[in-house]
Amino acid sequence: MNLMNHLLALALAVPLLAAFATPLIAMISPKARNMWVSCVSALITLIVFGVLCRVLSMGTQVYVMGAPSWNITLPSGLAIPVRIILEADAFNALVAFIASLSSLAGAIYGLKFVRKFTGLEFYSALYFLLTAGTLGMILTGDLFNFFVFLEISSVASFGLIAFWRDRPEAVEASYKYMLVSQLAAQLVLVALAFIYGRYGVLNMAAFSSVVQPDLVSKVVLVFILVALGMKCGSFPMHMWMPDAYAEAPASVTVLLVAMSQASLVVLCRFCFSIYGTAMGTSVIPWALIVLGCLSMFGGVSMAVVQHEVKRLMGYHSVSQVGYMLTAFGVGMLALGDKTAMDGFGVTAVAGGIYHMINYILYKGLLFLCAGALYMAAGSRDLDKMGGLARKMPLTSALFLIAAAAISGLPPFNGFVSKWMIYESVYAVHPILMVVALVSSVLTLASFVKVYQTAFLGPEREQFAQTHEVPRAMIAGMCVLAVAIVVLSLFPSWTVNTLVRPAAEALVNKASYGAAVMGGALSCSAVFSLALVSGTRAFGC
Amino acid sequence: MISANLPYFVFAVLFLIGLLGALLETNLIKIGIAIDVMESAANMFIIVLGYRNGGYIPVKFLMPEGVTNFVLPTPQALTLTAIVIALATSALMLSLIVMLYRHYGTLDVREIRRLRG
Amino acid sequence: MKKKSMRPLSVIARTACGMYSWFMLAFGAYVIVHGDVTPGGGFQGGSICATFLALMLIAQGSDYVEGWLNENFYKVCLFLGLFMFIGFGLMGMGWAFDGTMMFNWAAVAHDQLAVVKPWWPPSGTVALMDIAVGIEVAGGLSLILITMFRAVRLNQVVEDGLGKETGHDQR
Repeated sequence: MNLMNHLLALALAVPLLAAFATPLIAMISPKARNMWVSCVSALITLIVFGVLCRVLSMGTQVYVMGAPSWNITLPSGLAIPVRIILEADAFNALVAFIASLSSLAGAIYGLKFVRKFTGLEFYSALYFLLTAGTLGMILTGDLFNFFVFLEISSVASFGLIAFWRDRPEAVEASYKYMLVSQLAAQLVLVALAFIYGRYGVLNMAAFSSVVQPDLVSKVVLVFILVALGMKCGSFPMHMWMPDAYAEAPASVTVLLVAMSQASLVVLCRFCFSIYGTAMGTSVIPWALIVLGCLSMFGGVSMAVVQHEVKRLMGYHSVSQVGYMLTAFGVGMLALGDKTAMDGFGVTAVAGGIYHMINYILYKGLLFLCAGALYMAAGSRDLDKMGGLARKMPLTSALFLIAAAAISGLPPFNGFVSKWMIYESVYAVHPILMVVALVSSVLTLASFVKVYQTAFLGPEREQFAQTHEVPRAMIAGMCVLAVAIVVLSLFPSWTVNTLVRPAAEALVNKASYGAAVMGGALSCSAVFSLALVSGTRAFGC
Repeated sequence: MISANLPYFVFAVLFLIGLLGALLETNLIKIGIAIDVMESAANMFIIVLGYRNGGYIPVKFLMPEGVTNFVLPTPQALTLTAIVIALATSALMLSLIVMLYRHYGTLDVREIRRLRG
Repeated sequence: MKKKSMRPLSVIARTACGMYSWFMLAFGAYVIVHGDVTPGGGFQGGSICATFLALMLIAQGSDYVEGWLNENFYKVCLFLGLFMFIGFGLMGMGWAFDGTMMFNWAAVAHDQLAVVKPWWPPSGTVALMDIAVGIEVAGGLSLILITMFRAVRLNQVVEDGLGKETGHDQR
């Protein structure tokens, strides 16, 4: 058994198995549970890193679950794939690796952050389930499998947001998030039912080879856009984001950030790899651009007036998601047109992808620093904090790195990705770039305010006894900080080796389908099969 | 045309009832029930899509000899998964409602607004 | 604080429910085991097995049920079922059978069945995983019932940890 062939399946099976085993291992002792959590998180990061290396060297990887061998996507005599297929191309594998890094950081941070509370074995089990769900959402190539992992990660996150169940606000935030999430999941399910009824296939690659621009496909795309927009927090549906991110423990918020990006990954899959140019109109790209601009500006203007640290960062999340939606909308607008693609399209998509991975890293680091402030100062209110930089030098340095990255200050990686977005968005209409720049300036303003209020300034007498947070929490924060610094010091290596192949894999609809369907032979067979099944389903 | 597509009309009406209930109701338990109705409507839709006129059970050795039209089995597997998911989320939603009642003392969703602005 | 609990039903109802509950367990086991060819399967049969506990709660009242309840049994069922499920999935990938995850390594074609192994399920790992999921769902749903039941009782059930967790907003 060649282990390298099975890495994709192991990336999903290991967190699931760890989640089931954690309550049993926790019965031995708390130290055993801590060691188990940290070792398994490191193992998961290694496995996903292996997947990334394999994809970057050998092209798109597939894995067929339940077949006699891992690459039999089309069993003999059949023209459509009939099993659940996991597919990792350069885009998926990169985002999955960054998500596993954030899971590792949150797990190590959580060893000391929640140690005073009970029920920790179920906390760790739910944490691994959330990791498994996020990795499953990113790495899958089958639409119903995506729905199952979406629900796994949602249910795990409902429990984790309400972890501090003696706080009424936490339970309220979890309930609000549950309503929005259930609505989104049911819309996804109805869209999947439409796809199955019309075309008879549920595999992403097979669906991309048979999709036609008729009414059912348009309805499906609208449902999926609204539902996944709800899950990643774009403008009209963003109300749950500040509440849920603020009330969850900080080590959980890191993984919630990765989960919202996983929904954005599948949204891009739908728009670029599945539909591509088959939509025939430019309404959908412009809708994405408008939603993105509203999120950018609305999010950051609500954030400037907040005085609770994590709620402020939650509103900034809404604004950052707006950047990505605008970038992907611009990329879709240029999709059919070769000169536009070479001019600004691929840059827009690459900027969006780079911003996605930067966002997971620096937003995770910001939330971990906010958790450290909560632990030291006893409250999340900025009015009660001040002068903590003398007591917590490491935390303030890490917060400075993350705040500079999110505001887009050179030389950090946030600057590079925002520059790519500004360049490409300007080519569509200058006003989009103006909105993006204004949001960036307001982001810088609000983080200057937070840093100055919390860390700088005269010391307060109630903080005479505070000291630096435990080393495990610093270690968790350093995982993300090292990743940010590495991406900042080598920007051209990052863009050429990691981001550009991902952008090219995303916009190249044919190569995504060919990895599963195996070439031109199957197209006509699949099309005729789809026509027959479509008429039979909706005719009788 | 209406009688042939009747299951789809029923699905649409049920889904809209669930959606409007989830958006407009003010009692927490009624919102939970409305989401459950929405989930049941989506499950019903998936099952109905698999039906073929005069089809048999999709198990090979339980069908009579020489029969080739059978009901599609894939939507039935999808629906089972969706029903399990609906059960898990309903259980979690009811548990959260119990805890919300214990904290706030009311089941009215307009009173549960401590996180604001 | 007055202790409020579920009052037991009358003697006739209690006796009848006591008899029926064991038949329900047997029917649930039948639905689990025959899930691969008839309607049913792991989740459906597991839910039927879990209603055993619900019937006992309604008929006998909460005091009586709390007396004989041992929730570790249900936890063992839950974890045993989960490990069996993932174990059967990973076995297809392993060293004995060179397949992928969740490969159906135990399938036997139906016409060879009577000759080769008459006692083997012809659908292979589907039947084995059905049994694993059935045990797990029975344990899991019973645990959900016990937890929700304890939460709605109007007297405070003081678990060990509840005392340590108050005052999250003032540390």
